[in-house]
Amino acid sequence: MYKLVIGAFMLLLSIQSVSAQKHFTKTGHISFYSDTPLEKIEGHNKSSNCVLDLATGKLEFATLVKGFQFEKALMQEHFNENYMESDKFPKATFKGQIDNYTKIDVTKNGKTNVKVSGDLTIHGVTKKVSTDAIITVSNGKIDADATFSILVADYGIDIPALVKDQIAKSVKIKIDATLEPLK
Amino acid sequence: MRKFSLIPILFFILVSVSYAQEDDLLSLLGEEETIDYTNASFKTNRVINLHSLESTAAGVLDFKINHRFAPLGNGFYDLFGLDGANVRFGFDYGLSNVITVGVGRSSFEKTYDGYVKYKFLRQSTGKRNMPLSAALLVTSAINTLKWENPDRENFFSSRLAYTTQLILGRKFNESFSLQLSPTMVHRNLVKTNIEENDVYALGVGTRVKLSKRVAINGEYIYLLPDQVAAGIENCLSVGLDIETGGHVFQLHFSNSRSMIEKGFVAETTGKWDTSFDGVHFGFNISRVFTIKRKKID
Repeated sequence: MYKLVIGAFMLLLSIQSVSAQKHFTKTGHISFYSDTPLEKIEGHNKSSNCVLDLATGKLEFATLVKGFQFEKALMQEHFNENYMESDKFPKATFKGQIDNYTKIDVTKNGKTNVKVSGDLTIHGVTKKVSTDAIITVSNGKIDADATFSILVADYGIDIPALVKDQIAKSVKIKIDATLEPLK
Repeated sequence: MRKFSLIPILFFILVSVSYAQEDDLLSLLGEEETIDYTNASFKTNRVINLHSLESTAAGVLDFKINHRFAPLGNGFYDLFGLDGANVRFGFDYGLSNVITVGVGRSSFEKTYDGYVKYKFLRQSTGKRNMPLSAALLVTSAINTLKWENPDRENFFSSRLAYTTQLILGRKFNESFSLQLSPTMVHRNLVKTNIEENDVYALGVGTRVKLSKRVAINGEYIYLLPDQVAAGIENCLSVGLDIETGGHVFQLHFSNSRSMIEKGFVAETTGKWDTSFDGVHFGFNISRVFTIKRKKID
């Protein structure tokens, strides 16, 4: 019976160490770019939350839509009021999975190319996305970089005819987050 | 035996608890409350004639061209007033997100005006809950018409008028905003001695959004009794805001032809009646230019 108790403890401890393999940030940098010949629009959010679980390869992002900063105040107002409706849909989230997460080794510095896929929720609409990403480990910290494109129309965001030449149909999204071990 | 059977149960509970946590990784970080400022209570920094509670954003120049035409009641001969226009053009600039300064020039009484607006409270939710936005507006105006009686002794100070206004407002929901504007207009010189130099009034302004880019605006300015000459009316204006990217078009009907506080608060003579002899069509066009770009990278 003692053996069993010890065994159970060992198991519990191993679960604990699994949860210690989680990494996080609250200052992830998410930016997007809409390029047309008439107007270049970009927004940056440097306070995005992200958690990565290396034991399962699960990856989650959440960001406040109102936290995106623009060069022009009017762009920021229109982004929130007319397109993203941030009062109704305050958050954008991604919940997904790194496909080949077992290749990542936090104990060794280096770069790993991975594939990430999952559900991206913007403007209350959830769509499957997948992208290539680069995971860079340096001294126990994990840097996650990815760039992918989405279609604005997929997320129920309406671009009126009047400004259709100023706003790109396909918007590039860039992720740059440095994750630290979650204790 | 009893103890023996408890342990695996306990173990399973612990394991299942730790698995339940895995479902939502982000909850591990906890919710951090942020201050969520309410934006865009009005499309621009004017309701119609009245200043709205909005200020011009930092580093942004808002160029305005405003017209108020002759009375609608003039009918087709005058194309419903379009043949005669009062014009004000002006520049508003956001020194910061809460301080706006502006200058303008009206053809009516060849008046130059300037103002400073300080938004000292911003409506917000979240970490800081503030039900209202509030701003203080101070304006001055200089009439530069030739003296009516050049022969008598005229003082420069007689050309001046000042306005102090408090703007208290709230965006109740996405489409409805309401503000109150207690106002005091001071004119250094008035025509007759039954008129007060200091005129007190209460303005009400509202915005109802019809769609993302179109809204109905209305404003009414109530003059407290026994301050102004007979024939001076409370100013009532209704109109439409249409937003198209960098422009806001405000089209409206008003019984005032003046576009500055001293005029539309204390000197409105038009009457709203079915003859439309005192009602004027008008527009404000606002075009914004970003002079100082915000550093974002």
